Amino acid sequence: MGLGLAAQADEAASLRDAYAARAGVSAATLIPEGEQLFRAGGTGERHCTACHTDDPTQDGKTRVGKRIAPMAPAANPARFTDPAKVEKWFGRNCKDVLARACSDREKAAVIAWLMSLETRK
Amino acid sequence: MNMTTKGALVVGAVAVLSFGLFDWPQARADEESWFGRGASTRDAVWATECGACHVPYPPQLLPTASWERVMDGLSSHFGENAELPADTTAHIRRYLAAHAADARGMRWRYDGGDDKDRTRTRTSATASRFEMPMRITETRWFIRAHHEVGSEVWSRPAVGSAANCGACHQGAAEGIFDEHRVRIPR
Repeated sequence: MGLGLAAQADEAASLRDAYAARAGVSAATLIPEGEQLFRAGGTGERHCTACHTDDPTQDGKTRVGKRIAPMAPAANPARFTDPAKVEKWFGRNCKDVLARACSDREKAAVIAWLMSLETRK
Repeated sequence: MNMTTKGALVVGAVAVLSFGLFDWPQARADEESWFGRGASTRDAVWATECGACHVPYPPQLLPTASWERVMDGLSSHFGENAELPADTTAHIRRYLAAHAADARGMRWRYDGGDDKDRTRTRTSATASRFEMPMRITETRWFIRAHHEVGSEVWSRPAVGSAANCGACHQGAAEGIFDEHRVRIPR
């Protein structure tokens, strides 16, 4: 609660880096891979973008119409600051979209890409 | 008996009879919130977890058996994976059971389907549909309470589906389903 912006950014970065370290890669190199996974992962109607839209700096919408706050920390600084929440949602959504769990590399990649985004003015 | 007395008696009788016609959930809708006055029975874990993708549907809307089915099937929850850690699931199960429609000795009056269905011999499949419906929108009281809402309304983009209580019920997230706070989006 009440974490400052800088502290939240640090937490997100350390979570991203922890996933990357477990995968044995540097998070910075994974940005294109994260974008690819977010935009093109999944089949049929099962895509990240189905709920999160193709602009993660904007609100998304669940299947029953509830608002989903933006995924990009630039637009929503609380993103990726709660490791249990991050694990819960990767756990659910990877199984839904990819029909399997995501690897540490994939989690690092998606977070790295989302953290690289800036909000449009 | 003069006309005035007679009139008063008729009005009184109609009032008493109509009161009896109200199903329990509609009667409860007169209260400010289904969570009672204050937040005493509104569980924070339940509100966060069950409210992540949709309005956290009040436990009073379905019987315990229904909630058990819902909680048993979170890995495929109406087509989506909604798995939770075991301790969270156990916590939510306890909360739902304590406040379900049939909690505290209240009898769940079966709902869903029509009267013909009710009197028909029940197979195990229909029994589960009757005794433990999976969808609040299948219950008789829901259908009755929403009979004035045309099918076209449910499919408006701003509504999406009947699962989206908050589209029309302004206080849904806080457990307020009062008719006075209904605004149907265009």
